[in-house]
Amino acid sequence: MESGFGSDFGSDFGSGGSGGGKLDPGLIMEQVKVQIAVANAQELLQRMTDKCFRKCIGKPGGSLDNAEQKCIAMCMDRYMDSWNTVSRAYNSRLQRERANM
Amino acid sequence: RSRGGGAGRVMDAPSAAGLGGADPQLQRFIEVETQKQRFQQLVHQMTELCWEKCMDKPGPKLDSRAETCFVNCVERFIDTSQFILNRLEQTQKSKSAFSESLSD
Repeated sequence: MESGFGSDFGSDFGSGGSGGGKLDPGLIMEQVKVQIAVANAQELLQRMTDKCFRKCIGKPGGSLDNAEQKCIAMCMDRYMDSWNTVSRAYNSRLQRERANM
Repeated sequence: RSRGGGAGRVMDAPSAAGLGGADPQLQRFIEVETQKQRFQQLVHQMTELCWEKCMDKPGPKLDSRAETCFVNCVERFIDTSQFILNRLEQTQKSKSAFSESLSD
């Protein structure tokens, strides 16, 4: 039993090579990127919901009627268009700033 | 000390070193991702602000007038940010010169 336990431990930490028991930085970086992407998507959704609720829902009824749903759907698309326009414009501005430095 | 100019100032080197530890690859990764996040955050913020100024009723597409408004909005926002930083710098300079002449 003890030797079995010892050998398991040994295989985790004792085996030389480049990996050994260390964490893989490449894997960490990929996981972090995924988490960042998720956080950005959540942020986008949160703000989109806020804006489209304000634009499309007047006095809250007992359910979302067809007009409201149609409005929300269009609003979502327009919000994405706006986000992309802002992203492009900001990127252009940054490049212009760098070119002037 | 801080790299990159314009609207995005990356973390100072000392704090980046703290997070990445001794690994230069991780350090570089953190710097790059931080820069990217600053960009993303500003896009979120400006989209929200400019939506209020440029969007009336959401239609079937983004018309050219609204699109122009968004572009102008971004430019003026950055201008505003730079204006504020510059003026603050100026008033700080004149303030410190003033307080130096006062202290004795």
